[in-house]
Amino acid sequence: MRIDWQKYDPKGGYDELISSPGYARAPARGLARYLRSLSDQQLARRQRQADLAIEEMGITFTVYSQGENIDRAWPFDIIPRVFSNREWAHVASGLEQRVTALNHFIQDVYTEQRIIKDKVFPRAVLKGSKGFLPQLMGVKPRYGVWAHICGSDLVRDKDGTLYVLEDNLRVPSGVSYMIENRSVTKRVFPELFRKHHIEPVDDYPAQLFDMLASLSPRPLDYPEIVVLTPGIYNSAYFEHSFLAQRMGAELVEGSDLTVGDDDVVYMRTIHGPQRVDVIYRRINDDFLDPEVFRPESALGVVGLMRAWRKGNVALANAPGAGVADDKIVYTFVPKMIKYYLDQDPVIPNVPSYLCMDKNQRQHVLENLDQLVVKPANESGGYGMLVGPHASAAERKRFAALIRKSPRNYMAQPTLTLSTSPTLCDGKLEPRHVDLRPFILQAERTYVTAGGLTRVALVRGSLVVNSSQGGGSKDTWIVDAEVRH
Amino acid sequence: MLSRVAERLYWMARNVERAENSARLVSVYRDLMLDLPRGVGLEWRQLVDITGSEAIFDKRYKSAGERNVLRFMLADRDSPSSVLSCLVAARENVRTTRDLVPREGWECVNELYLFARRKLGGRTLPKGLYEVLSQVIAQCQQIAGLLAGTMSHGDAYQFVRAGRHLERADMTTRIVDVGSATLIAKGAELERLENRLWMHVLQALSGYQMYRQYVRRRIRAPATIAFLIQDTHFPRALAHNLERIQQALQPLPRSDGPLRALARVQRMIGDLDVTGLEREALHRYIDNVQLELGAIHTQIESTWLIPQLDEAV
Repeated sequence: MRIDWQKYDPKGGYDELISSPGYARAPARGLARYLRSLSDQQLARRQRQADLAIEEMGITFTVYSQGENIDRAWPFDIIPRVFSNREWAHVASGLEQRVTALNHFIQDVYTEQRIIKDKVFPRAVLKGSKGFLPQLMGVKPRYGVWAHICGSDLVRDKDGTLYVLEDNLRVPSGVSYMIENRSVTKRVFPELFRKHHIEPVDDYPAQLFDMLASLSPRPLDYPEIVVLTPGIYNSAYFEHSFLAQRMGAELVEGSDLTVGDDDVVYMRTIHGPQRVDVIYRRINDDFLDPEVFRPESALGVVGLMRAWRKGNVALANAPGAGVADDKIVYTFVPKMIKYYLDQDPVIPNVPSYLCMDKNQRQHVLENLDQLVVKPANESGGYGMLVGPHASAAERKRFAALIRKSPRNYMAQPTLTLSTSPTLCDGKLEPRHVDLRPFILQAERTYVTAGGLTRVALVRGSLVVNSSQGGGSKDTWIVDAEVRH
Repeated sequence: MLSRVAERLYWMARNVERAENSARLVSVYRDLMLDLPRGVGLEWRQLVDITGSEAIFDKRYKSAGERNVLRFMLADRDSPSSVLSCLVAARENVRTTRDLVPREGWECVNELYLFARRKLGGRTLPKGLYEVLSQVIAQCQQIAGLLAGTMSHGDAYQFVRAGRHLERADMTTRIVDVGSATLIAKGAELERLENRLWMHVLQALSGYQMYRQYVRRRIRAPATIAFLIQDTHFPRALAHNLERIQQALQPLPRSDGPLRALARVQRMIGDLDVTGLEREALHRYIDNVQLELGAIHTQIESTWLIPQLDEAV
């Protein structure tokens, strides 16, 4: 049996590869034709090959279960998701615009707060922000950039419009899987890479290194750059060690670093103490420096904030950047783009209702069965209400929560996420996907070619999280002008 | 290279080596108990004393019978030196330095850990315990060989070597100490028992055959002690291991302090005269050597593994 694209049915939703039964979208035509040429057995063999490669390459993610940390093989679907390079250029420009505006915003709230004085952004929202660190008022990091690494989540609705769902400005993860997914796909479908022009993704570590190096307080060719990890028990440890290796940087834990009386950061090596210039930190603000934040934190480094404020070490992302990683602040990003850049947003936000506004709150409370309600400061899908799937009791509980702390909630209509063909029990079936591209910003801005496509492997599910039955796919940016 | 990473590699090697040596020690002791007539004064309790873990043992157990001592030496997670504890620790050490240890090395350590947990992790010790111990010894040897054959012999590997040989040196002194065990017997009977004792000591260190080949004398206390302490060719002899530690430390930066501590033990060994050495004197001598080996460890630790940073700033 071969794939019959006539029988592949996205059920009225938007499919990333197929426009209508039997017809592939222009950038995916070559891929669809190739897949049709494979028998079911051949396809199944490729998937087994991929699973084996993942095991061999040791691509894992860590799940905490029953008191033990388990390294699980990374769940991967071999059928790529495809963008045309034209659409991607548009998306990339939108992401650059967005991160630029966000960095203007963060710098502004830590200095003059013009956007508040000009009544574009309410002071009350800043006051309620967990990520805002008042002790950093007046700090100006190099290039005025606070969020050096950003992972923004994009979703496509049933009419084909791409939206930004959220911006992750604290310690976004997933980029290592984007790179590994590509190397697995290359092993499994080498012939496709010969025929198509597919944008490479593996220059990310080099781009990351250059960006970090440009932050170094000492003008050196090879500044000492380290990746600061909370340790092997962190769910993203694979990525920390992957990025450190690919950049040729040391992977350090808090206890490897110390701040001297000269307010300079040193790492303990067998050659004695060695000065550190740039820290790509993968631990949260709260844990960075027990002297300033949580005194009981054993993950951080005493005096790190002192060293950073004196300009003796660079931190990426800068502490306090999380002020813009907040679901309420998110709703103001289109206004920030207009305010700081005098531009219209290239990629729209998902329409959102702010519960702190009386009229919008009323609308949310009256339509809880149709909306998704999100708390301001959680990530990973925690503390959310998915109205259409929730019980009456849950909706009642959320109504009470919203009334109690309106600043803490916002709501969005339930989107029908686009689908992409996915191999399920030997057959291609539509499954919902999202996309996380990564944006680097310092002196220059870099956007990954594509990003990490996450896929909900369970039929009808919208949950793409890998700990909850989600998987991922390779993402291709192809030159649609070239005829195959 | 980060100090923390060096520390983990060093302890990984020590833990694997210690697991192997504990398995050896228990095996030889069992043989001895079977071979020596009852009432000559050899007790399971002495095994605990030899490993210097009396305090932990007494807190955990009321009596020092075979069952308790075996459990303590092999499977007790509250004893950091039990075979199982060492392998748990070694696995954790490799897990946190997987970037530097070749993949097969990790797999090998992980497999051994899983094996030990399956066999020794239950409520009672398994039947065929001594088969299990041989397997542990063989797999520890495999790990050492695998690392030697697949890991670059740079700084990281030097810490593995230093850890392995320091641990082995220490355990060899402890196993020799078995030979200083007090036997209650007289005259020809004592001599016969003593010779049997030393034969088992040699066997514990896989040294019986090598002793025969190199020493070519019947097994007697002085010659055996000299062989196990002063021989530079036998891989479990003290002198040989000290030489290996020296080779590991020399290429490392700032190695003066640790090398000086090492030289002190080497002198002690050179000065040892085994002829007519009394049992008591041997025991005291071993104690002193162990203290000096501890001093080497302290030097390694303060120079590379957990350096004080005041010197920098």
